[in-house]
Amino acid sequence: MTTYIVRRLIAMPLLLLGVITVAFLLTYFTAADPLTSIIGERQMNNPAVVEAARERWGLDRSLPERYLIYLGNLVTGDMGTSFRTRQPVAQDLMVRLPATLELVIAAMFLGTIFGVVLGVLAARFRDGPIDNIARLFALVGASAPVFWSGLLVLFIFSVQLGWLPGPGRIDTRAVAPPFVTGFYTVDALLAGDWAGFRSVLLHLVLPASVLGWTVTGIVSRMVRASMLDVLSQEYILAARAKGAGPLRVLIHHALRNAMLPTLTILGFSFAYLITGAILTETIFSWPGIGSYAVAAARGLDHPAIVGVTIVGGAAFLISNLLTDIAYALVDPRVKLSQQESS
Amino acid sequence: MSAAVTRNAGRRAMLPQWATLPVVFGGIIVLLWVVVGITIPLWTPYDPTMLAGGRFQPPNASHWLGTDALGRDVLMRTLYGVRHSLPIAALVIFCAVLIGGTLGAIAGFVGGLVDSIIMRLVDVTLSFPPILLAMAVTAALGPGLGNAAIAMVIVWWPIYARLMRAQVLSVREREHVEAAIAAGATRPRVLTKHILPLCWSPIIVNATMDFGQVVLLAASLSFIGLGAVPPTPEWGQMISDGALHFYRWWIAAGPGIAILSIVLGFNFLGDGLRDFLDPRSK
Amino acid sequence: MTAPLLEIRDLSVTFAGRHGEALEAVSGVDLTVNAGELHGVVGESGSGKSVTMLAVMGLLSPGARLSGSIRLDGRELVGLSDRQMRRIRGARIGYIFQDPMTALNPLLTVGDQIAEAIRIHKPQVGRTQAREQAVELLRLVAIPIPERRATQYPHEFSGGMRQRAVIAMAMANEPDLLIADEPTTALDVTIQAQIMELLERLRRDKGVGIVLVTHDLGVVAGAARSLSIMYSGRVVERGSVDDVFAAPRHPYTAGLLASLPQAGTRVDRLTAIPGSPPPISMRPAGCSFHPRCAHAVEQCRIERPALREVGAVTVACHRAEELVSTGLMQLSGADA
Repeated sequence: MTTYIVRRLIAMPLLLLGVITVAFLLTYFTAADPLTSIIGERQMNNPAVVEAARERWGLDRSLPERYLIYLGNLVTGDMGTSFRTRQPVAQDLMVRLPATLELVIAAMFLGTIFGVVLGVLAARFRDGPIDNIARLFALVGASAPVFWSGLLVLFIFSVQLGWLPGPGRIDTRAVAPPFVTGFYTVDALLAGDWAGFRSVLLHLVLPASVLGWTVTGIVSRMVRASMLDVLSQEYILAARAKGAGPLRVLIHHALRNAMLPTLTILGFSFAYLITGAILTETIFSWPGIGSYAVAAARGLDHPAIVGVTIVGGAAFLISNLLTDIAYALVDPRVKLSQQESS
Repeated sequence: MSAAVTRNAGRRAMLPQWATLPVVFGGIIVLLWVVVGITIPLWTPYDPTMLAGGRFQPPNASHWLGTDALGRDVLMRTLYGVRHSLPIAALVIFCAVLIGGTLGAIAGFVGGLVDSIIMRLVDVTLSFPPILLAMAVTAALGPGLGNAAIAMVIVWWPIYARLMRAQVLSVREREHVEAAIAAGATRPRVLTKHILPLCWSPIIVNATMDFGQVVLLAASLSFIGLGAVPPTPEWGQMISDGALHFYRWWIAAGPGIAILSIVLGFNFLGDGLRDFLDPRSK
Repeated sequence: MTAPLLEIRDLSVTFAGRHGEALEAVSGVDLTVNAGELHGVVGESGSGKSVTMLAVMGLLSPGARLSGSIRLDGRELVGLSDRQMRRIRGARIGYIFQDPMTALNPLLTVGDQIAEAIRIHKPQVGRTQAREQAVELLRLVAIPIPERRATQYPHEFSGGMRQRAVIAMAMANEPDLLIADEPTTALDVTIQAQIMELLERLRRDKGVGIVLVTHDLGVVAGAARSLSIMYSGRVVERGSVDDVFAAPRHPYTAGLLASLPQAGTRVDRLTAIPGSPPPISMRPAGCSFHPRCAHAVEQCRIERPALREVGAVTVACHRAEELVSTGLMQLSGADA
């Protein structure tokens, strides 16, 4: 296990370099001329402007040159300048990253809790009606396009019922809390702004639920399978022989053990959440990386596309690695083999 | 797990067993959509791009799912939509299996440096969140349904390459392969005649399970504006239209339910098949 | 005279088979264990001994149907609700499992698992107090450096140490009765002796009654005062260890004894009883043992023998008297 993690750690930078290279090459071999999106269609007939822009954005250099320059800049945290916002891409991303993280974490939280509850119930009442309903709920969540279910819940809970606020991170009349972490929930609390905190939390409910629903299915199926596995173990019988009640047996003894294999798929669900976040942010006007990516792709904003793709790939790689490490930390059996071999 | 064993055991002994409720249910949904896609021009009252009535009509007797911002019939556009979604998904899966399968087979059979190069390419491709890679590729190639399809093939081929490589590696060790090599068969012949025929079944099962995901990703790309272009009755595109007027819920409802049902159908199919293939979860 | 510690009368346990047919795993079992006594229950796997013990604990799967009576200190256990049984499990009766590798939760420290057993039944005991008691229990079962051991996880224990921990857990609330289901089967021979010695010490010092379930007559020989032999869901012979070993009345018991390695001799092949026990669904009419019995007569095929007293023991065999008198069983070489 340890050697496995070490191997993964060594492979990480290489994979990251691969990701960067692929992302960079993709925009180099683009069919559309990026100049069009920089200077606009009308200016394309003006050779002076074209030439100036070409030089300004370094489009006149050869591929290896541009690649090396990009890599060099990347090391210093420079991802180039967005054609669209005219801001450094790295800065754009930094500003937007907390919004996405806040959404994804909230979704992960909701999705995991619901998934675990559903999975435990499905295993406890195996093959009964609850099991089937849990399965249906999970499958619908994995099958519904978030860009439609998001619209639907907005229409129902915001427009029709008026229970929850519409799109955005905070009430449009409210002022965003002063920037500390970029997480509105945390910043509002730090500023002692309770009304703001409430508004932020309420704004999170719909997008996080819609997004979290997509991973409920993955989590609940996994929890169900490993719960069934664990419940047939002798230590479960041993716990009952101690006089432990059904709830204690189910949660304290079975679920704890069943969560181990479940951990391994949290990284996998993160992939779902990134995919979903891009679309969910678009629906909910969420000023995060997802909506930035969509805008960049629509506007053929190549520096921004490369930047987003690299950040997304890095997040993906890191989450998979963290999952492995978390697995090693939680299971005392793995912990021991680490101590022994180190 | 060996392919041949799974297939043969599955065919003979388990046939009634895997015809479970989810599998049958999923199969019926998918079949219905296929039938609709093939026959719809024969019985449709409205052309999907034709203006059929007033704009923004809520569902009524003549337009069961209402009309959209231009006055086109939402139900007809939804039903016609399957003629884009399913063929695209089939094409993407076919190309991904073909490319991924070929590269995976070569990697597994040839080994050495070729194997390393192909598998590192697989690793890197799988390091991207699928939708981001698809977006980046489509943006590079230029928006359009065809380019979106190419992007999705790029996203999906590594999965089949990995599967196929593992299959080839396990089949290669079997006795009949060694016998063929000993008998002097050429390497390409060994690969095509003695190894590949035994490698397909898990790949086919996986491809079936991936169908729903491809439909979903295609619709997502169109929703973002990188796939189908406006007059096309494509589901993601239609929902994108509906999002502009989301107080008129019915515009997006038709395509939304269509995507949900077809993906659900494939997922039921896949979930049921997986339960059957993986005894642990049953 | 006060009631015995554990008194099982005419216990039958029936499961529903795959096609809904009734499968009787245990048929009319009688068993009595007194306080401070170690009683051996011997039988091959599938003889119903484990099912009987799980029935005492009320831990059979929900589909099992029980009839008969199980009394603990005179109190009827059959028919109690799960909530009532929970107050008895772990408090009045401790259970020791066959495989200590799987009977401990891998994610909880050994100390926590013992402390849990205490706090389930005595919620008023504080967390730290329960942990201290857990350490004392580990000391009681002779685990060295118990303070440190209590903070370790099961995988850090050897097999014998784990079984000691399981016994400590079973002893957590000073139960009156310990049920040890094959407690030494999964252990090395030398460790087996230590565990048996520990059980014997607990019986002597704590006055706890012990039911020792095993397939190994040799284990019973050294530890138990009395024993019951089970076959095919029934008790076929019962008596004091000395009497049964000296002159087994049931051909099955005689066969088991014959299969024991003889003291002092090195045997390459043990005399085994030919055949194997019938599965529950295919138990023959008459005496269940007759297809494997060298002495079976027509009566054995038709009529099921009842338990009756023959000499010093109680036995269920039609030919108990004649088989002994004809001297067919001069095999009891194993020393008690």
